[in-house]
Amino acid sequence: MTRHHTSFWAVLAGAVLPAAFALAGPLGLPPVPVPANNPMTAEKIALGSTLFNDKRFSSTGEVSCATCHDPGKAFTDSPLKTSEGINKLTGTRNAPTVVNAAYFATQFWDGRSADLEDQSQHPFVNPVEMGLKDHEPILKIVRTDPAYTGMFKSAFGVEPAAITMDHVKKAIATFERTLVAADSPFDRWYFGGDKTAMSEAAVRGFKVFLEDGRCVSCHTIEQDHALFTDQRFHNVGVGINRIQDKVPEIAPRFLEAKAKGMDVDKAVLSDPNSSELGRFAVTDGLDELGAFKTPTLRNVAVTAPFMHDGSLATLRDVVVHYNNGGVTNKGDKVNDFLSGGIRELNLEEQQIADLVAFMEALTSPQHAKPAATAGVQP
Amino acid sequence: MSNHYDRRSFLKAAGSVAAIGALPVTMVELAFAKPTENFTFAYISDAHIQHIRGTKFVNNWDRGLIRAVAEANLMTPPPDFVMFGGDLAQLGTQPELDHGAGMLAKLNAPLKVVMGEHDYYLDLGEYWSKLFGPQYYSFDHKGVHFVVLNSILTTDEWTFNRWPTPEQRMLEMAGLDNPNGSPFMVGEKQRDWLAKDLAKVTKDTPVVVFSHSPIQKIYKGWNFWTDDAEQVQALLKPFDKVNVIYGHVHQIQYNQIGNISFNSVMATAWPWPYPQSYAQAEQYLPKLTIPMNRADPFFERDATGWQMVNVNTGRVDLAYNLYNNKPRVVGFDPKLGHPVDKDLQSVALEPNRTHY
Repeated sequence: MTRHHTSFWAVLAGAVLPAAFALAGPLGLPPVPVPANNPMTAEKIALGSTLFNDKRFSSTGEVSCATCHDPGKAFTDSPLKTSEGINKLTGTRNAPTVVNAAYFATQFWDGRSADLEDQSQHPFVNPVEMGLKDHEPILKIVRTDPAYTGMFKSAFGVEPAAITMDHVKKAIATFERTLVAADSPFDRWYFGGDKTAMSEAAVRGFKVFLEDGRCVSCHTIEQDHALFTDQRFHNVGVGINRIQDKVPEIAPRFLEAKAKGMDVDKAVLSDPNSSELGRFAVTDGLDELGAFKTPTLRNVAVTAPFMHDGSLATLRDVVVHYNNGGVTNKGDKVNDFLSGGIRELNLEEQQIADLVAFMEALTSPQHAKPAATAGVQP
Repeated sequence: MSNHYDRRSFLKAAGSVAAIGALPVTMVELAFAKPTENFTFAYISDAHIQHIRGTKFVNNWDRGLIRAVAEANLMTPPPDFVMFGGDLAQLGTQPELDHGAGMLAKLNAPLKVVMGEHDYYLDLGEYWSKLFGPQYYSFDHKGVHFVVLNSILTTDEWTFNRWPTPEQRMLEMAGLDNPNGSPFMVGEKQRDWLAKDLAKVTKDTPVVVFSHSPIQKIYKGWNFWTDDAEQVQALLKPFDKVNVIYGHVHQIQYNQIGNISFNSVMATAWPWPYPQSYAQAEQYLPKLTIPMNRADPFFERDATGWQMVNVNTGRVDLAYNLYNNKPRVVGFDPKLGHPVDKDLQSVALEPNRTHY
């Protein structure tokens, strides 16, 4: 079933919502935060949606935002491990879902963008994503294509020649703020009080989630809503484990190149070793070496594979990785920079299975797989 | 490594992000620099490696030391040497000291070690000395005279006559607030040695003293204390610039007594709260900065850390690498004549009257 995200907004067609107006979220989510300088309007949402789907904003004319953030795949490119841009070039990171990104305090796996507006400009000009040399080709299209000039006029009141990337970014971000989804079996059980909404296994799994699994410390839940992220960055032993012996060479070399003006966005998506430095590549902080943003767990069951590099194929693999204390294979060397929150959990097989059942109860109705294919999840 | 790094990029690598470029750490250097006499070393302390049984050790303490060593090895440019500030072991056993020494052996830079009470009171430092050498000594480096003291000694009566077994003696001294413990002291023998050692040093030579306990009296109930502190301070008084750097307290402290600047270092194992947090009234403890946040028990590294120490013309600046917390820098301010916390000095200190 596909309930259209934008249908909610169609009701508001023509209405200009007040600046910084927080919009009520679905069951289990707080109001959507909206920046004061980019209020939600139906015109901007429609424009943003069109921009999001336009393949002309790539060097080959074959890639749009929606290529890697596919509405049919909960706005990811599941089952790809890492995303494919122009000419089948692959980056280093697994496409995070856009769904509920409106709530994130930072964007990208390493938080290198502060908000959706800033984030939206980077993939256009990344050589392994949409491959444009600069943003000029986008501006040329939106200033000349009559379909766009009209939409920009009604969204921003600008004449074609006055359209800038600032407008483009604001429109895309506005569209993305409509992509919120909750109302999962868990939400109906926990926040809605429906005792039958979640399976017994999922209910047991929630107990593991809160207790022995130590999950909730980072994948947080509040009294009246759950984002399932602490908005922080943690080294959980993924990616960094592969390069751990080379860190003494890679980390100083990266800092040196960055000091000389290297583009961090391009470096981390094209160089697998630099990518694994994680948040350190953004902040230079030793505390964040190999650390990546805590992702939300909402709709996680339909966005395999997992982790920032897509290296874990199933939710069970993810639980086993944490159960091993931050190594995928028991007995592997734990990396020196591991977050102090990660340690062996000693979960039993039943607890692992229950935890997976709990995560499968976090899927929103509009992103649930049709019943016929539900059984063939990776 | 690369010669493109200046001290500023070292500090960035220290996790002291962006803002630090504008901090007096670099300004002090610019104002007073004799570049040949400026250098950096790392200071790791209080690892408390704890043996459980067989090959099992407490994972939390292991991870703290492993991480500090790995991070110190990323310092660019590399530190001239690494100090370990004492309490490598929890109960002074050979397995603990061996396990800890094995981790410290991964440091790229030369290592120097201070004796802590947790290293000492099982066999009175015998095995520790086999691993690390003399328990007190001095050395000169780039114009600075360094002194390492064993400051955790106590009376002969307590040490030799009070306890039926070495194991019990160790356990009694290992408790933080154990009334059966005994105040630390440097002792007469070492003070005589120090007097002779310092007699060879000109008064304008910067002196840096490393001890495990503070060579000042902070809180006797927790042995944040050295009983003959005044006598040691008297030996240091004739020198123009003196810095005492100590471990043991597992928290950030700084103080100035006459010509002597005091700085503490963090533990890699766990944090202690500030004694003044019990006071509920105006306190006259040596000036402490604002208390750290309470450690989050989920993140085992929270409120632990290690430090990079810049020595600028004989004065020290400590850049604290703190996990889950903003990095902090405490350095000597030549205008004020004492150490200051670069960011937090101006934050007003109110006595803590909250009782939970």
